[in-house]
Amino acid sequence: MPEPLISARGVTRRFGDFTAVDDVSLEVAPGEIVGLLGANGAGKTTLIRMILGLLIPTEGDLSLFGEAPSRETRARLGYVSQGLGLWDDLTVTENLAFVDGAFGSAATPVPDSLRDAGDSLVVGIGLGGQRQLAFAAALGHKPELLVLDEPTSGVDPLARARLWDTVRDQADAGVGALVTTHYMQEAERCDRLMLMSRGVAVAQGTVADIVGDTTATEVRTPHWQQAFTALNDANILVALAGTHVRAVDATEDEVRAALIEAGVTADLVPMQATLDEAMVARERATV
Amino acid sequence: MSAWGARELTVTYGDTVALSSVSVDVREGEVLAVVGGDGAGKTTLLRALAGAVPASAGAVDAPSLSSIGFMPTAAGVWRDLSVDQNIDFVASAQGVTGATLAERREQLLADTGLEGATKRLAGQLSGGMRQKLAFALAMIHRPPMLILDEPSTGVDPVSRVDLWRMISQAAVDGAAIIMATTYLDEAERASRVLVLDGGEVLLAGTPADVMANVPGHVADAVGTPDRARSWRRGSQFKTWSPDEPTDGAARADDLEDAVIAATLAKETSNA
Repeated sequence: MPEPLISARGVTRRFGDFTAVDDVSLEVAPGEIVGLLGANGAGKTTLIRMILGLLIPTEGDLSLFGEAPSRETRARLGYVSQGLGLWDDLTVTENLAFVDGAFGSAATPVPDSLRDAGDSLVVGIGLGGQRQLAFAAALGHKPELLVLDEPTSGVDPLARARLWDTVRDQADAGVGALVTTHYMQEAERCDRLMLMSRGVAVAQGTVADIVGDTTATEVRTPHWQQAFTALNDANILVALAGTHVRAVDATEDEVRAALIEAGVTADLVPMQATLDEAMVARERATV
Repeated sequence: MSAWGARELTVTYGDTVALSSVSVDVREGEVLAVVGGDGAGKTTLLRALAGAVPASAGAVDAPSLSSIGFMPTAAGVWRDLSVDQNIDFVASAQGVTGATLAERREQLLADTGLEGATKRLAGQLSGGMRQKLAFALAMIHRPPMLILDEPSTGVDPVSRVDLWRMISQAAVDGAAIIMATTYLDEAERASRVLVLDGGEVLLAGTPADVMANVPGHVADAVGTPDRARSWRRGSQFKTWSPDEPTDGAARADDLEDAVIAATLAKETSNA
């Protein structure tokens, strides 16, 4: 078992009376892609800021590459922030030169997709190009660990797939990655997931582990409008999929009772809950 | 049945073609998802339907502005006003008053979970809460058509499920809804999908139609994949081929594979 790149044990961070991260333990090993999921305010960003060395844990042990986070450990990781961290008023080439200067890295090559845009200002290359550039800038100094905060927001599916190919190629070469995302299909591309809610790590493991025994029932009826309204009125978590109605985290009896109450006849088909449905069910259970 | 939508709509800004001959129907009781990356033309299409951008060619059919609810990207609330003041302001602009306003205010606060936060400034709400409020404000006059520009972008999955429930309810109640999204799992739950790329229609139809109409097919890669036509799902490579699938095999397993395949097919034919 190689030494973990990130090792967090019982890490807590408080701001005054507010506990942003509460007793969280997490490991990321070389070659592994770990997804960090949770609602806004769940504590993901605070955890990442501690890993980057920008915040000190109030309690618990956090080590990177076997030592406390510092400027030295920062130089061994590559970080793509939500805001991308590029300089809009500099050109593509100038941005990479700046990063090379900061990290002492050799001339980081301009990504192939931006070959003809080296002299363009970053503000003019579009969001897809900016994301490619932010990845190149984060990889230039050959980091051992990648920290990616919503790395593909807003790009088209092919561009997103290409960015993920880059992450997976890095993992194949032994780099570890910690990725936050709001895209469920991205979450499914991770080797392992950690779900946070209100500062607490409420679930860890594969997609199947996190979905657990959350149930979903598909309600099939020509009267889908009435079925939707009846279930919603009965305070059952409900979603529309085309003209099918999905009732989440409710027993078949509860669903049937709500439909009978409203005089709607329907076929009920048990289905596996999706990852986002399971996340909502867990969130509702902790309120 | 009303026939709102765009007919061979082309929109140009100077020399830039933002939309090229796009046709789409927006039907009552349905959610139409418009999918595409940055610069695909999603916002231009929505703005053209709302009458905010003139057609260079083709036509737009939409109800009058007072019958449209419009929710712009990452906006639609006044951050320096409280939740209550936002409701008062939008209701008065839309001519919603008296008992109707009281009833809709109650409904809005229950739907968004903002009952206890009516004095909070909208700017202090979480991103998910703010988007739910913006959606509820866009439909406070119960317009027959709702135009939503990326209502869920950047919203966490938990709030997104809630927002989707509210959008679903509006469709169930009869509204014609067109919404832009970058989340394909969300688009997969819409009644119909329009996939835009570089201002052109890449794919259109029900999610099932879109998957069935992909040019060629997507399969698990065998051997060393051709990286130009391959991408990873997890650690497994998928490969797009322009050839027809073998009898009975699906062309794509989900909307994500379908959109990637269609984008690759377009790149290949342009190359």
